[in-house]
Amino acid sequence: MADERAPTASVSATPAALDLVASLVEEHGPLMFHQSGGCCDGSAPMCYPRGEMRLGARDVKLGEVGGQPFYIGGHQWERWKHTRLTLDVVPGRGAGFSIEAPRGVRFLIRSDVCLPDE
Amino acid sequence: MRYASPNTDGSKVEYKSRYGNFIGGEFVDPVGGNYFENISPVTGKPFCEIARSTHEDIEKALDAAHGARAAWGKTPAAERSAMLLEIADVMEENLEMLAVSESWDNGKAVRETLAADIPLAIDHFRYFAGCIRAAEGSMAELDENTVSYLLKEPLGVVGQIIPWNFPLLMAAWKLAPALAAGNAVVLKPAEQTPATIMLFADLVKDILPPGVLNIVQGFGVEAGKPLAQSERISKVAFTGETTTGRLIMQYASENIIPVTLELGGKSPNVFFGDVMDEDDTFFQKCLEGFAMFALNQGEVCTCPSRALVESSIYDKFMDAAEARTRAIEPGHPLDTDTRIGAQASNDQLEKILSYIDIGKKEGAKVRCGGERASMPGELADGYYVMPTIFEGNNEMRVFQEEIFGPVVSVARFDGFDQAIEIANDTLYGLGAGVWTRSVHKAFKAGRAIEAGRVWTNCYHLYPAHAAFGGYKQSGIGRENHKMMLDHYQQTKNLLVSYDTNPMGFF
Repeated sequence: MADERAPTASVSATPAALDLVASLVEEHGPLMFHQSGGCCDGSAPMCYPRGEMRLGARDVKLGEVGGQPFYIGGHQWERWKHTRLTLDVVPGRGAGFSIEAPRGVRFLIRSDVCLPDE
Repeated sequence: MRYASPNTDGSKVEYKSRYGNFIGGEFVDPVGGNYFENISPVTGKPFCEIARSTHEDIEKALDAAHGARAAWGKTPAAERSAMLLEIADVMEENLEMLAVSESWDNGKAVRETLAADIPLAIDHFRYFAGCIRAAEGSMAELDENTVSYLLKEPLGVVGQIIPWNFPLLMAAWKLAPALAAGNAVVLKPAEQTPATIMLFADLVKDILPPGVLNIVQGFGVEAGKPLAQSERISKVAFTGETTTGRLIMQYASENIIPVTLELGGKSPNVFFGDVMDEDDTFFQKCLEGFAMFALNQGEVCTCPSRALVESSIYDKFMDAAEARTRAIEPGHPLDTDTRIGAQASNDQLEKILSYIDIGKKEGAKVRCGGERASMPGELADGYYVMPTIFEGNNEMRVFQEEIFGPVVSVARFDGFDQAIEIANDTLYGLGAGVWTRSVHKAFKAGRAIEAGRVWTNCYHLYPAHAAFGGYKQSGIGRENHKMMLDHYQQTKNLLVSYDTNPMGFF
């Protein structure tokens, strides 16, 4: 199981992303996000039906967007944790097995640097 | 010279308005009758429709593949090899057509598809055509009457999911060893770049027996996933990123089948101080090696996207490296003088811009570039980015995540040990570069860097016959080499007794 003790304010979403999440939940039921690394469609968030991806001991839950849990690999989070993530959506084409792709849109992560007291 | 755009007067490429799937040796419509628009990154405009397939199309392709697998697996290696050579020949005869199409579908500069993508793909088929002729099993004499024979057999039907950065070359990397080894294939191209593989299928459809090669188009979630999940494949090969890579392994675990994965990296390119001991052709080669981050718009799994430069030469080296980078200006991808074309998709463009943004927020210094390129005329809505140099430190996100764009992040180091420490401070281990005039330092650094490929005084060469694959989170398996045949073969052991006497146990 993933580590549920991670910081909970590390990810938020734009209104457009929240709208898309709500619409995808209507079509597919509960969802989950996992932040990918590596090449091609990597360095971007993947969205699946909840439970589709088996979480590992080192996955970290960053919070929820539109009520859907958002995870990242623990080693990746170690290198990302000085930043705060915002889920956004842009027109796009294809993305691994991420569920939004057939709609011609793609989830995207925007980032800000955490202030020292965050 | 500027190649005419596809479907205009004098063009090398004439696309159909719509492409279905290639199953059982025929072009067929998708079962559901749905299509999606295929956009050229050159202009940001659609230019053909592509089948939006589902699990039903995957099943049809698997039916065709299973129908073909037995005969194909028993086809003599000499005949399979001859067919691969024929594929190479027909690609060579149509090199310009394939190169122009690849440029239009992916956005990359035609200079690269003419010189690299297509010639390398052609050679890949020839290499594995040779490998399978030279491949053989082995035997061991266990005692005077007992012999162990090892025979190689094809796996049967394999699934392959390929990426969009070198569409046809990545298909060749996967198809050549799988077909050489006697497997039937169901291949799912990337939905960003589905066009050229259909031109390829048209060229080879009369060479391969029906059902040996099947191509199913569509979105990852609708077509790729049912392929990866299928219990009717004996192996799955994937090139892409880590989360999907994990899912592929998860699906494979349900069927207990092997996987090969190539998941990218964040490759260090290390320049030791002695490269500036002379101002000679070798130093010019080093600067070219630095600028290789812009090859294929940076959309390469082994993009040298972290340059590590020794402090003793840092300022002078970076002045020269910046000048070299500024000379790389985006242009029309079909112009043979263009050195950098368009990013492959709008979301790819947006992702690159989001990383440039976080790099600036983290305090990395933009030495050049750092923005979308504004282009004239029909290119105005295409996806172009100025080659970008960041200066910062290895803790920054732009040093840790593959941006997959023409963006290099540069840090300085003091001495050999610190160079290796920074080079290895990454989750990935696919490629690396080492530049030095000292053979001793080159060897020591090459062995110390935890990556599957260490280019030494060169970069971005992808010849067949040199194994390519990752350490750490960069994946499993080695492509481009005869050892890939093993990833597409079972080992049959015949343990034979020639002794006519009983053992005497029972």
